Amino acid sequence: MADYTAPDLRKGLRVEIDNTPYVITEFNFVKPGKGAAIYTCRLKSLLDGNTFVRAFRSNDVLKKPDLEERTMRFSYVEGDDYIFMNAEFEQATIPASVLGDSRFFLFEDCEVRVLYHNGQPVDITLPTFVEKVILETEPGARGNTATNVLKAAKINGGFEIHVPLFINQGDTIKIDTRTGEYSDRALKTR
Amino acid sequence: MELRSRVLNAIRAFFVARDFMEVETPVRLPTPALELNIDAEPSGAGFLRTSPELHMKRLLAAGCDRIFQMGPCFRKGERGALHHPEYTMLEWYRANADYLDILRDTEELIAALAPLSRSTVHLPSSTSSSSPFTVHGSPFTDFLRISVRDAFRQHAGWDPVADYDGERFEHDLVTRVEPALPRDRPVVLMDYPVAAAALSRRKPGNEAVAERWELYIDGVEIANAFSELTDAAEQRARFEGWAAERRAAGRTVYPLDEAFLAALEAGMPPAGGIAVGVDRLVMVLAGKRSLDDVLAFREEI
Repeated sequence: MADYTAPDLRKGLRVEIDNTPYVITEFNFVKPGKGAAIYTCRLKSLLDGNTFVRAFRSNDVLKKPDLEERTMRFSYVEGDDYIFMNAEFEQATIPASVLGDSRFFLFEDCEVRVLYHNGQPVDITLPTFVEKVILETEPGARGNTATNVLKAAKINGGFEIHVPLFINQGDTIKIDTRTGEYSDRALKTR
Repeated sequence: MELRSRVLNAIRAFFVARDFMEVETPVRLPTPALELNIDAEPSGAGFLRTSPELHMKRLLAAGCDRIFQMGPCFRKGERGALHHPEYTMLEWYRANADYLDILRDTEELIAALAPLSRSTVHLPSSTSSSSPFTVHGSPFTDFLRISVRDAFRQHAGWDPVADYDGERFEHDLVTRVEPALPRDRPVVLMDYPVAAAALSRRKPGNEAVAERWELYIDGVEIANAFSELTDAAEQRARFEGWAAERRAAGRTVYPLDEAFLAALEAGMPPAGGIAVGVDRLVMVLAGKRSLDDVLAFREEI
């Protein structure tokens, strides 16, 4: 598999360092006074989301990671493991610790893209918006419809999210899974 | 664009008022100024200039004593938030002067431009020292001078003057020293290890360092100044050293500029000179973080 040299680097590119796949989230080219080119990148781990900044020189070589994405559906939970399955009944098992907060946004049959690194499932990409029922929240003050004031609310699994005051227990809301934040109140279908 | 126009006009007025002569030197050259890390764009049988430096020094050797030039320069493959392959360079030179004289010019020039600043995070303090709105300082006044040796000892934990390592020097400069520089006033890093002298002379009395400084405003490298190297033999040796390193690295090796070397041999007065990235200067005056915000037309990244 072809590797990258520093001048190939750009925002969005995926690289591997010490067996960890990273995505480049920020990229800059600098040449300090009369010096050689240096490529500074903010790298975000595709495994745990941690980021750090690293500087590369023109002749540095980076490995191209072996990554693959497969579309699957959330099937069930077994202990701490989350099981996903595709139409061919292929299974992917991902522990809660790897999924992080993403696990609270899953629902039955939820379609996700499972990321495989060296053949191992390591992460999922959720639909951008998911709908969740508010299981617990303080009642909003009557007449207070301000949208810029937020209060705590709990969804399944006890995961806490901040919602506007007008949201009540039992309401369905839309959550932006990229930020993990409240996005909108879902239309009541029941 | 309006700010850029005002900055260009103010720069010209500044130098004309100080009895500098504006000059123009060729943009297309038979051979570019040879530098270790700068690549030139080919053009016809020659190259587009990466800097007007060598021609301006020939004018000093020919007897001009205060000259400035502002115009386009080109550097191949340089594109980033702080780099654009075509950019505007300001250079000025004083005969019978050194890098400290140029630093004085620079302090006065930046002070003259500060009132044009649209940077909202900092207020120019020069006109408002008694104003209740004055913050600690301004990014454009009260220059702080730090030696390269002290800056590296403090922020990178080693002394590049005593024990120079080029790769480590550049890496630590970008990742440790530059990010640690104060931003509420201009910073001048001065007296570079002689191995990073570029085209500057060794400091009389301290041969381990070269009389070179770089100006940072708001953490961005804005200008590079020298007490110019006028020794033809040492100049030729440095060119040949860079040529050998470029050849070893498989990079284009440009022929030596013999006309420039002949001018040095015939005699050039001691001189101080500087190159200023005008686009970057406009950028920091505008309070922006990328050249893309101040260039009307640009090449895409």
